[in-house]
Amino acid sequence: MLKTFKMGGVHPVENKLSAGKAIEKLPLPKTVSIPVAQHIGAPATVVVKRGDEVKVGTIIAQSSGFVSTNIHSSVSGKVKKIDDVMDSSGYKKKAVIIDVAGDEWEQGIDTSNNLIKETHLDAKEINAKILAAGIVGLGGATFPTHVKLSPPPGMTAEVLLINGVECEPYLTSDHRLMLEKGAEIIVGTKLLMKSLGVNKAVIGIENNKPDAITRMKDLTANEPEISVQPLKVKYPQGGEKQLIKAVTGKEVPSGALPIAVGAVVNNVGTAFAVYEAVMKNKPLVERVVTVTGKSVKEPSNLMVRVGTPVTELVEAAGGMPEDTGKVISGGPMMGRAVTTLEVPVTKGTSGILLIRDKESKRNEMEPCIRCGKCVSVCPMGLEPFLLMTMSEKKLWERSEDRHVMDCIECGSCSFTCPSNRPLLDYIRLGKGTVGKLIRARKSQN
Amino acid sequence: MNKLLTVSPSPHVKGDESIRKIMYGVVLAMLPAFAMSAMFFGWESVKVTLIAVAASVFFEYVIQKYLMKVKPTVDDGSAIVTGILLAFNVPVGLPVWLIVLGALVAIGVGKMSFGGLGQNPFNPALVGRVFLLISFPVQMTTWAPNKLVADGFSGATPLGLLKEGLKSGKTISEITSQLPNHFDLFWGNMSGSLGEISAVALLLGGLYMLWKKIISWHTPVAVLGTIFIFEGILWLANPERFMDPMFHLFTGGAMLGAIFMATDMVSSPMTRVGQLIFGVGIGIITVLIRNFGAYPEGISFAILIMNAFTPLINAYVKPTRFGRVA
Ligand code: SF4
Ligand code: SF4
Repeated sequence: MLKTFKMGGVHPVENKLSAGKAIEKLPLPKTVSIPVAQHIGAPATVVVKRGDEVKVGTIIAQSSGFVSTNIHSSVSGKVKKIDDVMDSSGYKKKAVIIDVAGDEWEQGIDTSNNLIKETHLDAKEINAKILAAGIVGLGGATFPTHVKLSPPPGMTAEVLLINGVECEPYLTSDHRLMLEKGAEIIVGTKLLMKSLGVNKAVIGIENNKPDAITRMKDLTANEPEISVQPLKVKYPQGGEKQLIKAVTGKEVPSGALPIAVGAVVNNVGTAFAVYEAVMKNKPLVERVVTVTGKSVKEPSNLMVRVGTPVTELVEAAGGMPEDTGKVISGGPMMGRAVTTLEVPVTKGTSGILLIRDKESKRNEMEPCIRCGKCVSVCPMGLEPFLLMTMSEKKLWERSEDRHVMDCIECGSCSFTCPSNRPLLDYIRLGKGTVGKLIRARKSQN
Repeated sequence: MNKLLTVSPSPHVKGDESIRKIMYGVVLAMLPAFAMSAMFFGWESVKVTLIAVAASVFFEYVIQKYLMKVKPTVDDGSAIVTGILLAFNVPVGLPVWLIVLGALVAIGVGKMSFGGLGQNPFNPALVGRVFLLISFPVQMTTWAPNKLVADGFSGATPLGLLKEGLKSGKTISEITSQLPNHFDLFWGNMSGSLGEISAVALLLGGLYMLWKKIISWHTPVAVLGTIFIFEGILWLANPERFMDPMFHLFTGGAMLGAIFMATDMVSSPMTRVGQLIFGVGIGIITVLIRNFGAYPEGISFAILIMNAFTPLINAYVKPTRFGRVA
C-alpha cells in the first residue's frame, strides 16, 4: 500500500532526466577548494598550513564543537593556500585550497569495492567513527550525523527512517545510489540502527522509482528489522517531518525535533557514507552529484571529490549550454542559485541544475486573488499569503503568532501561486527577523 | 562563459497556474449555460452577454488607465467573467442602457473602488445585479417569454409564480399545475435570468471547474446541500405550504449562485472549512428569503451577506497546522 503525508503538497514536473545514467567517477581536478564550513554548526578549525603535503583522507580541519565535524582532504597533493572562496551560498568562506598530485590515500582506508557486512564495533565505536569521518546529512541539510545519533537526555529513538524519497525534481543521485550501492546502504542502515539502539528501520521511497523499490525490497527480504515503504509521489515528502508523518503517521510537534516522536531520519546517501566510514575507514571525501538540465547534453550522475569546482562537472556533462540562464546547486524547489561555476562541490551538493534562460526569470507579480491555493498546498498548514503581508508590513509579532517559524521553506506556496507572488521570499524574511527577535528575547531572560 | 547568471531565491520552478488560466477556465465553464440560454431565449441572450462583457472590459480599462493611472489588466480575463456573470443574472429583455449601467456599477463600485482584482469584498457581478434589482425592479423582473415554453405558461419565473400563488392563498397543489415539471426545470425550460435556467448546463460547467481545480467542491456542495436539506424539512413539515427541495435546487439562481458566484475566490473564504461555513450560510439565508421574505429569490442577497462575513470567517477558521501543540 502506498503511503504519503496528508496535508498540502504539490506535484512539480519530475524531469528526472538522468535516472537511467549509472554513476561515473569524475576525473580528478587540478585543484580543489574545500570550505571549512560545509555543515550546519560551527566551522571546523584548519589544522594544515600552506605547503603541507596531504593525502586523500588527511584531516585538514578539525571539528570545533559538538555541532561541528571534521573535514578531510579529498585529494592528495600540496596545500596551496588557505583563503576565502565563494561557495554555493553566495558568501565567501574560508577554504583550504589544494593542488592535486597523484591520488594517494591515507593508510588504513579500504578503497576496494568488497562488501563488508560484519563488524564487532559497538554503538559508541560506530558513532566515534562517524564523527571522525566527518559525516553529515547528505540530503542537502548537512546536519552532522553524529549529533542526530545522540538523542538528548530523556529521549529515545524508536525507529530509524532512511530517506530515499528524492522528491526534488531533476535529482537522481539517491536513486542511482540505491540501485548501485543498495547492499552497502543496507549495511549502513544496520550500523545506524546499532548506533541508535533501535530494532526497526523503514526505507521510504517514492513510487516513481519502482526499480529502486524492487532492489531495496530484494535486499531486505531476509532482514526482518528493515522494511521498504513505497510512497505516493508528492513534494515535499523528503522533508523530515513529512516523511515521518507519511511512514509512521506521527506528527513532530511544532518547534520540536523528530526525536520527540522517537524518529531519526537519515538520507540513503548518508547511510552509504556511514557504511564507508565504519567498514572501510573512509572519510566523507566524495559524493554523488546529479548534473542535469533540459539543455544539458549528457545529464549524468557523477561521483565527485569534495572541493571540485562545479565547472568541471558541467564540462563532464557536455559543457554549459548556450541558453543557460541560471545555475542551481541542489534541486529546483529548494536549491540555491549560484553566481559562478567556480564554486566548489561541498558535502551538501546533491545536484547541479542548469536552467534555461526562458525558465530562469520569474513571471511578473500580480495581485493576490485570495484563491487560497497557497494555503491548501502548504505542508505545514500555514497561511503563506498572510505571512507575506505581515512581512511586507513588518508585523513581526503577528507573524510569530501565525507560526512563521514552522515554515520548512519547501517553496510549495510560491510554486503554486497563480499570481506569481514571491511568498517564500517574504516568509524567509519573516523567519529571519522573528528568529532574531526570539533569540534576543531568550538572551534577555 | 562570462555570461551573467540569474540569481534568485528558491523555488526555481513555477507551476503552470495563472490568473489567466483560472479566468478563461471559468469562461469556458460558462459556455454550456450560455449555449442553453441562446437556445431557450434566442439571439437576445447573446446580445445581452456581449454588451455586458464589452461594457465591463471597457469600464475596467478606462478606470485603470485614466482614473487609477495603472497599467490596464483587462487581459487577465476577470472583467470578462464579471461581464458574463452580470449578463447571466439579468432578464433577457433588459434595455441596453441598464446593462451598461449594471456593468459600470459592477466594475466601478463592486471592484475598482476597492482597489481592483483581489481587493473587492463582494462579488462584483452581484453588486451590479443587486443595484439593478433595487433601482429598477420593474425592468429586472420583466421576463421575456422563453421561446420553447409551451403556450399557457406566462413569462413569470417559477419562483415568482410560487410566491404570487402563495400570496393569493393558493395551495401548493394548485400552484404546481402552473409550473413546469422537474424535467423541464432540470433542462432549463422555464423563464428566468439569462444564465440561471439550465441546471444541467451549470452542473456541467461546475464539473469542469472541479476537474481543472479552479474551484473545490466545498462551497457549491454546502450551498446546494443546505438548500436541499432545509427545504426538505419544510416540505416534509407542510407539503401544502412549501415546494419540494428538488424544485428549489433547479429554480432561480441556486445553481448559478452556488457554482459560479459563491465560488468567486476573491470574496469567499480561504480554507475548506471556512468555505463550508460560508456555503451553509448562503443556503440558509436563501431559503429564508425564498420562503419568508419579500423577494421570490434571495441567493444574490445571501451571497453578498456571506461575502461580508468572509473576513470574519477567515480570521477565525484557520487551517489545521502541522504538529500543532494543543
Ligand atoms: S509557507 Fe513555508 S512550509 Fe508552507 S508552503 Fe510555503 S515554503 Fe512551504
Ligand atoms: S496562492 Fe497567491 S493568489 Fe492565491 S491566495 Fe495565495 S498568495 Fe493569493
